[in-house]
Amino acid sequence: MSSITKPRLWESFFWPTIAAALLLAIWHYSVVFTGTKVFPSPMNVKTGVVELLDKHVLWADIGDSLRRVALGFGAAVLVGIPVGLWLGWSAATYQVVNPTLQILRPISPIAWIPVAIIFFGVGDRAAIFLIFLASFFPIVVACVSGVSSVPPVLRSAGRNFGLSTLQLIWRVIFPAALPQILVGVRIALGIAWLVVVAAEMIAVDSGLGYLVIDSRNSGKRYDLVVAAMLMIGIIGLVLDFSIRQVERIKSVRWGFRDAS
Amino acid sequence: MSSAQAVVTVAGAGNKLRVQHLGMVFERDGEAVSALEDINLDVSEGEFVCIVGPSGCGKSTLLNVVAGFLSPTSGSVTIDGEAVSGPDPRRILVFQERGVFPWLTVEGNIGFGLSKLPRAEREARIAHYVQTVRLQGFEKAYPSDLSGGMKQRLQVARALAVNPDILYLDEPFGALDSITRVIMRGELLRIWQTERRTILFVTHDIDEAVQMADRVVVLSSRPAKIKDILIIDIPHPRNISSPHYLELRDELLKQIGLAYEI
Amino acid sequence: MWLRPVLFIAVLLAVWQVAIYRRPGQLLPGPIGVASGILDLMQHGLLLRYVIASLFRVTWGFGLATLTAIPLGLMLGWYRRGEMAFYPLVQVFRPISPLAWIPVAILWFGVGDLAAIFLIFVGCFFPLLLTAMSAVHNIPAVYFNAGRNFGLSSSAFVSRVLYPAVVPQLLIGLRITLGIAWLVVVAAEMISVNSGLGFLIVDARNAGNRYDLVVAGMVIIGAIGLLLDLAMRSLEQVRSFHWSSSED
Repeated sequence: MSSITKPRLWESFFWPTIAAALLLAIWHYSVVFTGTKVFPSPMNVKTGVVELLDKHVLWADIGDSLRRVALGFGAAVLVGIPVGLWLGWSAATYQVVNPTLQILRPISPIAWIPVAIIFFGVGDRAAIFLIFLASFFPIVVACVSGVSSVPPVLRSAGRNFGLSTLQLIWRVIFPAALPQILVGVRIALGIAWLVVVAAEMIAVDSGLGYLVIDSRNSGKRYDLVVAAMLMIGIIGLVLDFSIRQVERIKSVRWGFRDAS
Repeated sequence: MSSAQAVVTVAGAGNKLRVQHLGMVFERDGEAVSALEDINLDVSEGEFVCIVGPSGCGKSTLLNVVAGFLSPTSGSVTIDGEAVSGPDPRRILVFQERGVFPWLTVEGNIGFGLSKLPRAEREARIAHYVQTVRLQGFEKAYPSDLSGGMKQRLQVARALAVNPDILYLDEPFGALDSITRVIMRGELLRIWQTERRTILFVTHDIDEAVQMADRVVVLSSRPAKIKDILIIDIPHPRNISSPHYLELRDELLKQIGLAYEI
Repeated sequence: MWLRPVLFIAVLLAVWQVAIYRRPGQLLPGPIGVASGILDLMQHGLLLRYVIASLFRVTWGFGLATLTAIPLGLMLGWYRRGEMAFYPLVQVFRPISPLAWIPVAILWFGVGDLAAIFLIFVGCFFPLLLTAMSAVHNIPAVYFNAGRNFGLSSSAFVSRVLYPAVVPQLLIGLRITLGIAWLVVVAAEMISVNSGLGFLIVDARNAGNRYDLVVAGMVIIGAIGLLLDLAMRSLEQVRSFHWSSSED
């Protein structure tokens, strides 16, 4: 924006490194300065990560968390997109169903936990259900929004070529709405990752979320707590990055303006 | 009908499109708004007919009704004797802008209506129409890589690929700059003369109408009625400085009610 | 107009009630059970108290996040290099669920209000930071050129061009983040305090399987979340903030 000169390529590695180094330094020195016995220093966290890797616990937990996300989020995509397309297409249906959705949407997935436990018992299924619930709404909302912003011209053109309603939705409406749908999918994935951690803290006993809580409860191992937090952050970042790559595929890229 | 010296017989006599006593009334905020009143028009096969009129007079409405996107409140539209009941791939409408599918390549767009054909024939047709509209080299390009004029050419190619009886064009060059517009007119005429389709072309540009059409239908302002139908009997290529051309152009300007001295 | 959606909801409620009847001894309440649960809470004066407790925490956490993240985000969005420096860090912190911060929060703040507010703060800070940065990016370049053309000083530029250009997007981001804050407060309260709607849900279940209160709590949470969202939306509609929609 106000850069006097355009930043060079090396700078995109330089500055983040400086910032990260700064953060680590502040962290390290505040641990030393306050003489805390409990909060880990960066070094402690690093050994903590190594320890987890050694015990093979880390991979198992990561795998569990990812698996739950895959199932819950996957189900939300498979159910949410058709539902969203239908609601976007049929104004009448949308009018009837939308208020119900608007009421259910602000209820935190965490608040659903007791209900989920009643239906599914404590364990995987409850967690997957919560992830599904949390991912479902952003996807449906994005689908509805995407469908309604399809230019009428494209609908007319599709009808002109003799497409039936189903063909119209599949060959014109869905591709035209896809960029927006993908944004919703990306947001839903981010939410799914947040919820899986939360669900694991409360309703199951494996996974990264569980690791965070358990490390504290059984031995105040804050080095492991922070190590697990770091893992959560990094994997979340990787997931987000992967989905953004999908947005760059040519047949969807037209829907995204080039933003920095 | 107007200042034409002789009536020109258009190739392929016999009525292709018949519009009879067409009326269109919209309801807006509880009030009935009449857009079209008693439109009568016969278009022959292979004819190039332009519809002109002041902005907002209803020309696009007329085109949409004739193409089957709207149902008229009165009157009828028949093509080859058959009543028009909805959009149909035998009559393709080319839109002013944003009509191409942005998620498909040039080939994908042109092949859009050809899904029922066997692969070899589909590819052959696509290649042919890529040539016709002169988009060679851009087969794998996406619309976001194309200029406005190229996108319109793509729309025309997509329309022609399904072999329609009639081509409707709704101010197709309206969103283009004036130089591109002139070039596109030449392109469209060239394609028309090779493919010999029936064309119904809506425009607000007088010069465009006189340069391209066999006949020009002049609509009044809302509610639109046919004010006049001019026959442009100049053979192509038309010299836009010839006295006869200027005569017809002046006549048209007068019909629309515009002064020709600014 | 509004009859159909209301009918739809009524049908859902009826189906729910019937499903409960069919399975007596079922733990979950039907809509009638929920309604009586809500009345129960109101009679004991708990409803108002819990709602206020939750809102209190949200206000503090969200407010603090807004006051810190927005100016910081605007600045980072403005200074390209600042953004380059901190963007990767933000991207790593953002996916960490506020709940994962609980052990750290308890360590730093003990069990209680402060920990809950901290969790809400963490949950709101990063989204708001990103919103502010993105809002600065989306200012059309022409605004800058026009500002320079008219010879505005830096401070005049910020108040007369930057701020108005940024407000509509910020409002949308604030609304979405308020929704996040409301989700987080419920989670935070389940774990570390002893009042509030989140606490209600956990407590009602643990101390006697009062599922009617659990679901009553859910319903109230949903309703208040919806009201907060509507309130923010109406703020967006206020005329002096409304200019951006004319762009389209």
